Amino acid sequence: MQPKPIALKILDVVSIISIAAATYLALFFAPTEAVMGQVQRVFYFHIGTAWVAMLGFILAAVAGIAYLVTKNMLWDRFEVAAVEVSAMFFFITIALGSIWARPAWNTWWTWDPRLTTAAVTELIYIAYFMLRQGIEDPEKRARFGAVYSLLGGLSAPITFMVIRLFRTIHPVVIGSQSAAAQGGFSMTTNMRTTFFFALFAFTVLFIDLIWHRIRLGGLEEKVEQLKLEASI
Amino acid sequence: MFLETIPDTSGYMIAGFGVCFAVMGIYILSMYLRGANLKRDAEMLESLQVENKKTKSKTDTAKKK
Repeated sequence: MQPKPIALKILDVVSIISIAAATYLALFFAPTEAVMGQVQRVFYFHIGTAWVAMLGFILAAVAGIAYLVTKNMLWDRFEVAAVEVSAMFFFITIALGSIWARPAWNTWWTWDPRLTTAAVTELIYIAYFMLRQGIEDPEKRARFGAVYSLLGGLSAPITFMVIRLFRTIHPVVIGSQSAAAQGGFSMTTNMRTTFFFALFAFTVLFIDLIWHRIRLGGLEEKVEQLKLEASI
Repeated sequence: MFLETIPDTSGYMIAGFGVCFAVMGIYILSMYLRGANLKRDAEMLESLQVENKKTKSKTDTAKKK
């Protein structure tokens, strides 16, 4: 692996500082929500992780198209990085949502349209890695992965829009929500500041992790190539 | 009719932040470990490649002689 670029080192530091600042804002700067209490503070991280996960799934679909057009393996490496990092963040989103739901809805999980589509999306991307692991030929693996991530990418806008299109108990904090929604709240100025800062912090961390994962992908390709040469 | 006190849900909040940092930490650790293992594999395969080349050139010279 090539030595870590200075820009990546700086990004590492900025990510740590941003996430630490976002945690501080969520815990101490944002006011306590009157109905749900302290648990509402996880909302900032719930949305932050959801935002980067959705962004990553869409970027993976775009990278899939780019790979199919150019056949450049760098796009495949980017696609894998985007899917892996996004799947990790989306797992956090679902876990935080479930933890929030227990006191707010009196249940850890319900098969509400948003929760169902979110679970399906996560499973789609777990299956992406199972598909890739089953294919040995790197070009075939990249081609199948590209088509899969392109189709899987459709689940991101569906998951995002489902609470705006169907009757659901999941609240919509920005925009109008279903009459059945439970646990919604309007944001104060401090809440909004924390919310947007958390979005920024997770975006920085997302870029940082993607960059690291792309470098790891490069090393994976190198080892795979060396193994092929050794077997000849 | 109205809530007089804010419900105590701090346990859930701690669990939420705990899960968030634990998952991120495990992922970063896994990436570090995968990187370290791949580096070791690459070094080993490269040294094997060099050894193979040396042995091959030795056999070629012996054959020529």
